[in-house]
Amino acid sequence: MTRFNVVRTGASASGDQPATQRNVSHRSGAANPSAKALQDKFSSGIKRVDVIWGETIVYVAPSAVHEVIRWLHDDPSQQYDFLSDVTAVEYRDADVPIEVVWQLRSLPYRRFIRVKAQIPKGSPLEITSVWDIYKSADWLERECYDMFGIRFNGHPDLRRILMWESYKEGFPLRKDFPLRGRFSRSEQLRQALAQNPEARYSMEELTIADAFAELPTDMRERLSKGERTGE
Amino acid sequence: MGLSAPTDHRTVSYSPESQEGWVTTRMDFIVNWARANSLWPMPFGTACCAIEFMATAASDFDLARFGMERMSFSPRQADVLICAGRVPFKLAPIIRRIWQQMPQPKWCISMGACASTGGMFDNYAVVQGIDTIIPVDVYVPGCPPRPEGLIYGIRMLQEKVKNERSSDAGTRDEMEPDPTSQLYIPPQVIDELGEPFGNSVNQTRSGL
Amino acid sequence: MSKRTVEVELSTSGLDAQGRPQRVPLVTNDGGTAVALQPPPGLEPDLEGEHMLINIGPQHPATHGVLRLVLELDGETVVRCIPHIGYLHCGFEKIGEYRQYNQIICWTDREDYLNSIGNNVAFALGAERLFGIEITERCKVLRVIASELSRIMSHLVWLGTFCIDIGAFTPFLWAFQRREEIYRLIEKWVGARLTTTATRVGGMAADIPSGWMDGLRQFIRTFPHTLDEIDRVLTRNAIWVGRTVGLGVMTPEEAINWGLSGPMLRASGVDYDVRKDFPYLDYETYDFDVPVGTNGDVYDRYLVRFEELRQSLRILQQAADRLPDGPVNIDDPRVILPPKSKATSEMESMIHHFKVVMEGPRPPIGESYVAVESPKGEKGYYMVSDGTAKPVRWRIRPPSFVNLAAIPKMVEGHLLSDVIAINASIDIVMGEIDR
Repeated sequence: MTRFNVVRTGASASGDQPATQRNVSHRSGAANPSAKALQDKFSSGIKRVDVIWGETIVYVAPSAVHEVIRWLHDDPSQQYDFLSDVTAVEYRDADVPIEVVWQLRSLPYRRFIRVKAQIPKGSPLEITSVWDIYKSADWLERECYDMFGIRFNGHPDLRRILMWESYKEGFPLRKDFPLRGRFSRSEQLRQALAQNPEARYSMEELTIADAFAELPTDMRERLSKGERTGE
Repeated sequence: MGLSAPTDHRTVSYSPESQEGWVTTRMDFIVNWARANSLWPMPFGTACCAIEFMATAASDFDLARFGMERMSFSPRQADVLICAGRVPFKLAPIIRRIWQQMPQPKWCISMGACASTGGMFDNYAVVQGIDTIIPVDVYVPGCPPRPEGLIYGIRMLQEKVKNERSSDAGTRDEMEPDPTSQLYIPPQVIDELGEPFGNSVNQTRSGL
Repeated sequence: MSKRTVEVELSTSGLDAQGRPQRVPLVTNDGGTAVALQPPPGLEPDLEGEHMLINIGPQHPATHGVLRLVLELDGETVVRCIPHIGYLHCGFEKIGEYRQYNQIICWTDREDYLNSIGNNVAFALGAERLFGIEITERCKVLRVIASELSRIMSHLVWLGTFCIDIGAFTPFLWAFQRREEIYRLIEKWVGARLTTTATRVGGMAADIPSGWMDGLRQFIRTFPHTLDEIDRVLTRNAIWVGRTVGLGVMTPEEAINWGLSGPMLRASGVDYDVRKDFPYLDYETYDFDVPVGTNGDVYDRYLVRFEELRQSLRILQQAADRLPDGPVNIDDPRVILPPKSKATSEMESMIHHFKVVMEGPRPPIGESYVAVESPKGEKGYYMVSDGTAKPVRWRIRPPSFVNLAAIPKMVEGHLLSDVIAINASIDIVMGEIDR
């Protein structure tokens, strides 16, 4: 059995002494050095850099997101090897676009950056998946799809994860979705009891049969060609 | 239901002709005593209440003194389903399936606020009380109930079991929704969409 | 139904690079059943058979909650594992958009209910970052005490249930007995055993009562005996070692790429601990070690968590020694409730009390993501504020969710009973996974 060498990250690798942040300023903190590096490398792709409460937020054009995150992961001076979170934010104001948020950590350099892409609400909610870069994006993006309806192109298996697959009420975390749901309580109960738990307890499970027709076309093609769905 | 003809087997018959004699009452006493003191629980534990249930079963608040230390995780061998924790809509058919798999005699304890009424989760995802899905005998309030509270609920259930009578024909009926009952409105008649703000009849005065 | 072919994997040899049996391709025939396309080469050629599909859960004693695992088995060996979650999805994040910041603290107890007071602390830190508030020194030390007690509680539940899953029942009872002691301490402090709601934005719900520190010191003094007892029973036990060594191995690179954190990541050899790398609550001033494993298997995860229990005791001892006097809450009546004596006698305090309760404190426009080291891993609360009393978005970064996503990788090629051990070693809490 192999023994791994201990991978020293962050404070133990660099030897510096991190301290609890005190008196962090609202908007005038110093930006993460990666922000400048990003602006130098992808001049047009980076829309804006903000520093709020000491955290650097980089707004990226949706078409450039995959390239930017790939560079942040691969470049030896950046090494953002840990994807903390993929989520989305919808604001209460109807005109403000939906933001898809990636929270990245560089364990060797002890840095944290937040990458955001804004998708206007009128257009179809789609963005590239980063599953090929970070395997942790698998379930995180599925949850983002389930809650907001944002499709992640390139995701191997974009199904609902928290609600059941034939859930009809919509995407719960959208602001136009009422807190208690769209259907009446009795209808919600009826639909919930009409789910067939056995539908997943059969060989059809492996072919994702029930949801097959609703899968995006590229995923259906890949499945029928025999590609494995998400590892 | 209660206003239908006396031949409806769901009504409780207390008529003088019911065959309750000395033998049946003694049999009832022994059977009920045995059942009440060896209720094998089926812990349907989902969330925080399950941890308090485990704490009740552990050394400090021992459930073994009530004969309940043998947790039956198979519904086929269980007497009482203790639903400890919140039940979302996705879990609803599961708990109904588990209840249907339990053989009679069976009872149900709804432990905690979430199992009893939906608790603090008045939203799209949580069943507002498991009594909308399965028949409940005892509700134990609390978030989570203290182990003493759960034990009090178990004692209440034991009292209920001891007061059962074999002459009550309806006691051990499987309560399935009766399509001919006037209380059961078929889903096609119920409007599919709630009010404009969705289930606003449940809104509290503070507008949350 | 038309014939649909899904090839799970084209197997060219019976075993893959790690020596695990490869999966076989399936074909759906006209009857609707899936059959193996060909007998798996490299395995017994005369034992052609269908693979069994086993469903574990969602109601199951050993899934630690309502987790559903659909396993495709070749005999006893797991060929494929598909986890299903969502059976405890209760709309936490949606509710957070309709509650004030102090009210949301009630919900943070319930999502990771084993680490409830730790979650309270994490949320309060995030909210205070969003508000731009510095808390008092006494509050910081109390929160460290609370977080470490919570870590011990969570690891004890993990230890107890892990032992039950492997088959050892007694350590469960020992662990829960210790937990009762901590419950009594926390109940004296906050009033509740499990769902504590112990923090507020800007401070704590209550200061510790007099005599509480004696109870804490008593606990610190007696707890190592239990740890030694459990250690004696388990760590060098042949059955224990035989059932846990070599299972569910994740290499360090895989572990980082899959987003694992906490003891899962440290058992694989990566020494990332949020308390050391991105410290909060002055953790850099406490003297403690971070245990790191080298084999990435279930046994190492057990050792890492066990050692973390001892390290938590060290931190508790230091925190108990250094607890400063002073106020627990900050002195900003717009954010935190004024003391009752003032609220009932001074007009201004009464107005502040009214506003804090009815409307809630309002942070400036902005967002914050504060991550803490929960017993499960990196737990973060991301909140976005638009200046009103209720957040626009409250996101919980659930460590168990991301840790559990790796279970298909860890489980394939192992036996059915190993699935239970590996699942238990991840230390999942479904309340946090499904929220």
